[in-house]
Amino acid sequence: MTHERVSLLEVYKYLPQTNCGKCGEVSCMAFASKLIERKITLDKCTPLKEPKYKEKLNKLIELITPPVKEIIIGVGDKAVKVGGKEVMYRHELTFHNPTAIAIDVSDKMDDEKIIERCKLIESFQVTRIGQQLKLDMVAIRCASQSIERFAEVASLVVKNCSLPIILCSFDPEALREAIEQKIVLERNPLLYAATEKNWKEVGMLAKQYKLPVTIFSPNDLSMMKSLVHTLRRMGVEDLLLDPGFFYEGKGLMDTINNLTMIRRSAIRKGDKDLGYPILMVPAVVWAEENPDPILSSYKEAYFASILLNRYADLLIMHTLEKWALLPVLTLRQAIYTDPIKPVSVEPGLRIIGQPNEKSPVLITTNFALTYYTVESDIESGKISCYLLVLDTGGLSVQSSVAGGQFTAAGVRDLILSSGVESKVKHKKLIIPGLAARLRGDIEDLTKWEVMVGPMDSSEIKSFLEKYWKTP
Amino acid sequence: MKSDELSFFSKKLLELLKEFKEIEIDNVEINADELTLIVQPIVQAIKPLETISVPPLPKLPEELIKVEFVPPIETYQGHVVEVKIGATKSEGGSRGKVIKIGGDKTLPFYSFEQINPNKPVFAMDVFDMPLTLPKPVKQHFQEVMEDPAEWAKKCVEDYHADMVSLNLISTDPSIKDTSPKEASKVVEKVLQAVDVPIIIGGSGNKQKDPLVLEAAAEVAHGERCILNSVSSDMDYKRVVKAAKEHGHIVISFSPMDINNQKKLNRLLLDEGLPKEQIIMDPTTGALGYGIEYSISLLERIRLGALLGDPELQMPVLSASSNAWGAREAWMKSEELGPREYRGPLWETITALTMLFSGAEIFMISHPATLAVLKQIVRDLYSESEVESEQKPIDWIIGVK
Repeated sequence: MTHERVSLLEVYKYLPQTNCGKCGEVSCMAFASKLIERKITLDKCTPLKEPKYKEKLNKLIELITPPVKEIIIGVGDKAVKVGGKEVMYRHELTFHNPTAIAIDVSDKMDDEKIIERCKLIESFQVTRIGQQLKLDMVAIRCASQSIERFAEVASLVVKNCSLPIILCSFDPEALREAIEQKIVLERNPLLYAATEKNWKEVGMLAKQYKLPVTIFSPNDLSMMKSLVHTLRRMGVEDLLLDPGFFYEGKGLMDTINNLTMIRRSAIRKGDKDLGYPILMVPAVVWAEENPDPILSSYKEAYFASILLNRYADLLIMHTLEKWALLPVLTLRQAIYTDPIKPVSVEPGLRIIGQPNEKSPVLITTNFALTYYTVESDIESGKISCYLLVLDTGGLSVQSSVAGGQFTAAGVRDLILSSGVESKVKHKKLIIPGLAARLRGDIEDLTKWEVMVGPMDSSEIKSFLEKYWKTP
Repeated sequence: MKSDELSFFSKKLLELLKEFKEIEIDNVEINADELTLIVQPIVQAIKPLETISVPPLPKLPEELIKVEFVPPIETYQGHVVEVKIGATKSEGGSRGKVIKIGGDKTLPFYSFEQINPNKPVFAMDVFDMPLTLPKPVKQHFQEVMEDPAEWAKKCVEDYHADMVSLNLISTDPSIKDTSPKEASKVVEKVLQAVDVPIIIGGSGNKQKDPLVLEAAAEVAHGERCILNSVSSDMDYKRVVKAAKEHGHIVISFSPMDINNQKKLNRLLLDEGLPKEQIIMDPTTGALGYGIEYSISLLERIRLGALLGDPELQMPVLSASSNAWGAREAWMKSEELGPREYRGPLWETITALTMLFSGAEIFMISHPATLAVLKQIVRDLYSESEVESEQKPIDWIIGVK
């Protein structure tokens, strides 16, 4: 059986087809289309809640439920959704629910260190292209192997940190002791993990307390399927899968195969036992003897990036180094952007700040990433200027100079059509450093004086301070 | 237990990252502000925890229900073309060995279906003149930047690059305007200095590059080099003619567009260039600066190749050194941490992402990226001597 993405007409078939508009869409067909793109939820269709549509509603739920189940960990606005995947490739449909990143906390640390680490995790933040990149969860490790200490640390973390938590122990009694504290249980923690050995006890805990639970079956997908199947039979439905992270030698090959096979079985073969989000632990690299802090951060980051590229829905990491986490978070941001989002912005003239006739004129391309980076650098530098945005077909400066979309003729046309000549009393144009080779051509064609700006827009402010003499 | 090979890898990687690290005074300065920032732990008053009422126990199956896993194998109609790079003496060249890429019959690293025949390969960037390089890269090559032959040697002998990618940037009329004839002397020198296959790149000037690549193709006659690159808006016919005449491979470069890439490939095939002499460069966007477009492009290209589209069946090149265009890679920033690590990691992750999206030949700048990528590829092809450690590490207890 092959699971294919559901068609528009199929969804439409089960809608009321009255075009009542109560959902805010113009027609049931429009609603169906948004439903498939996951831009609207089924509950917005109020008529469907009438008893006469009950059968259709059930059919619709079945149709639009993603083959990889969506699991919620935590509560309230900090809750994290993982999974909910429908496709193998991001060009088919935007990937939903960005890979959650949890950072570990050991119960062997003293209380003050634990509180400090929790605060660091929760306050970690980097801004990139207008988005805040953050960490999502705390994974508490029962490293002490003391049931009491683990429970104590679980409540300590919950009191000092509002993020969702993962309780990590293979000892069912340790997990029980931790979750039988009201404040911990109320946080809806993820249990880690049920295994071949402890599945009865851990499965029972998950069922009893209605908690999501991870199944850990290292490099054995038949055992994984058996465990999932058995737990589902027990009525435990909120599962995550950890097929083990082996990163050395043939182990890496096995790990990658397991990830690919789990996801493909769920999406393309409709395998319900494997239709759950994947959890991976790159923090394993820190379990080597005498780990070097730099080397282990470096390794952990690049392995995390491989796992992000191969369907991991939740990662447990250890490093808190910004230089190591930033590229991982940046990759996550990239993979989870809308693949059909416009690559470009409107070309033309932008007025930034309050420029006058003596203000500088700069030029950049209409590639969205380039444009927003330049714009934010100018704004954060509190510079008033005119910014010409050249239509390069949505290519960066480097690519468009190489590809021939950033040309002197294009610049001339833009100067003429934008009306910038009537805004300023000078004829000086600052071009990106990466477009330096076009200087002569632009000067010849436009008769403007061309100043070659910095290679990176972060230096626009200092460039202007140094070279922009009010004409 | 780690084997010697892995300890060696780790030690080597650490050296590459740390070796040239400078201690910069401004990185260790402590401001008065920071000194006051000592974290004051909030120790909560201990009060008895609220207990919960224990819900009833569920009924349990006595035994595990055994279910067999069957690998989800699929079949494909098409495959990626195999391209041979470099020629040995018996084949009319002077390379020490021939490198083969492509020939893939499945998606990247779907080795549960089958193991693709050729491993991805890695070329290191060399330039024909000293230029402004990001500091973390420059510190490895500073002393050889005046001599492209020495530079190439360093890449091969010290860092074990599979190939060298020689960029003749001085030929750009706005840089030094080196003549094609002068530039091809550098090609000859590099071919004499190293015996690995080479990539010969122009300056990116659309008017000059065809002349530069034509001259280079001639002096490298029979060496089966890669000419980097041709695009639809330049005199590609001249380059194709030279490649056919002197037995080289051509890079078909298109900026981030699958349809334009197909069109250009078609034009090259129409010129009579065999598909075994074409490699695609559909553009690698740096991490954080468009890599997502490259991921989807590469995935669509590979899926197209496996579906049997002859215009998408050439192997793909990734200029992963484009990662250094990202300011996060080279910019000094106390907030973001030392660029000595941040920079190479940025390139490493860009290259790994392209590797997993389907690129098979890479251009790379930093030796740490090269070391990591080569190790990962060895492991993924399970050629590593390290046995898979099937017993999982108990990270819950073991993480230091």
